[in-house]
Amino acid sequence: MWQGCKLLTKRIIPCLDVKDGRVVKGVHFRNLRDAGDPVELAKMYNDQGADELVYLDISASPEGRKTMVGVVEKTADQVFIPLTVGGGIGAVEDIRRILKAGADKVAINTAATKNPDIIREGARRFGSQCIVSAIDAKRVYEEREDRIMVDTDEGRCWFDVYIYGGRKPLDMDAVAWAVRVEELGAGEILLTSMDADGTKIGFDLPLTRTVSEETNIPVIASGGAGTLEHIYDAFARGKADAALAASIFHYREYTVRDIKEYLKEKGIPVRV
Amino acid sequence: MGKKIAIIDYGVGNLRSVFKGLEYCGVEPVVTDDPAVVEESDGIVLPGVGAFADAMIRLRPFEQVLKACAGKKPMLGICLGMQLYFTLSEEDGINQGLDLMRGRVLRLPDFVKIPQMGWNSIEVRKESELLDGIRDGDFFYFVHSYYAVPEEDVILASTRYGVDVPAVVGKGNLFATQFHPEKSGKAGLRILENFVRIVGER
Repeated sequence: MWQGCKLLTKRIIPCLDVKDGRVVKGVHFRNLRDAGDPVELAKMYNDQGADELVYLDISASPEGRKTMVGVVEKTADQVFIPLTVGGGIGAVEDIRRILKAGADKVAINTAATKNPDIIREGARRFGSQCIVSAIDAKRVYEEREDRIMVDTDEGRCWFDVYIYGGRKPLDMDAVAWAVRVEELGAGEILLTSMDADGTKIGFDLPLTRTVSEETNIPVIASGGAGTLEHIYDAFARGKADAALAASIFHYREYTVRDIKEYLKEKGIPVRV
Repeated sequence: MGKKIAIIDYGVGNLRSVFKGLEYCGVEPVVTDDPAVVEESDGIVLPGVGAFADAMIRLRPFEQVLKACAGKKPMLGICLGMQLYFTLSEEDGINQGLDLMRGRVLRLPDFVKIPQMGWNSIEVRKESELLDGIRDGDFFYFVHSYYAVPEEDVILASTRYGVDVPAVVGKGNLFATQFHPEKSGKAGLRILENFVRIVGER
């Protein structure tokens, strides 16, 4: 009779990298190519049955950031599913600005590692449900007593937090950080594997599973999706609540609908 | 159709999506923080995100007009807006609500992830104009930590999240959804459309 409690559907979330108002695609933020208008792509993914959308603002300039607000407004005016915006959120005022433009959640990464209070204050003012903690993690195969060690097929490792778009390691345990951001009031964790990102070899399942088990808030698996099986594994073995992908959608390898039909057949609850 | 729908702006949450959703359904809603404008409207939307007690304090200037309009003109509460309809809430102690519907607002059980955040399907319990075109199993987007336990027969649809959670309630002209119709894709827009039609017909 309690069946409903586990039946919240698993979410499929296309991610769009937006630079100066245009969607771009590339590998590891290099060789960027124009991939179209964010609003048009958002509409397309919505029509395919996407459960949410993530915009990652990779503009480097203040002008680019301003453009992003307009993009968020236009999207929220036409696409009626939840929208998360990350990139360049440095202060509570940035959160307010993005939410006011029509986003439902903001993803905070670098700023939270420097000033964890931004999560606490953001959650207090706007509610935990709109504060997503984005964590970029990379394996370190080195035995340390002060780290949460995880067994993987490739060996025992711990996970280091990276900031500045994956450029700088912090020598900080990602699993412990995930537990901490939940305590601070984050409502969700967007967990990206730096090892898997852009590789299409599949999600880092030990990372995803460990963070899912150590926290009580939803975990979005990110980085590495290349096949339908990878996404199934993120849920079945990685215990993720949602899976985020970019390139398999951008290169039209699969539609959101393809993925959901596959998952449904394999017994994963999805919204179709 | 010339009917006026007022979205109450009492300083909680983002009203842009509700506004655009209604606009998408063919009306031009007004966002207002003026109780007089609410009183003159043909239909009222009570949105809400955040904490119950704080929302009740901010809503105080509208309390009179809401109580006077309840039942007379169509009203749609959304999320926290729905919870505010009830007699009291147990969020942060006991706090009085608008008491437009008899019942209490309780915290979701500890054995589920709180908040419920995501798409869940509903089961239609009672026919209603608001649910025209909505079928059992349709999905809606929920974000909430508390849920209503009505003490009168108002549940139009429910969902399952550890416990039975009222997803849509209705009593005469008084309607509310625990989910966000403005974030629930096509099915959500259908509910807003139905509400707009109800306002038009009254």
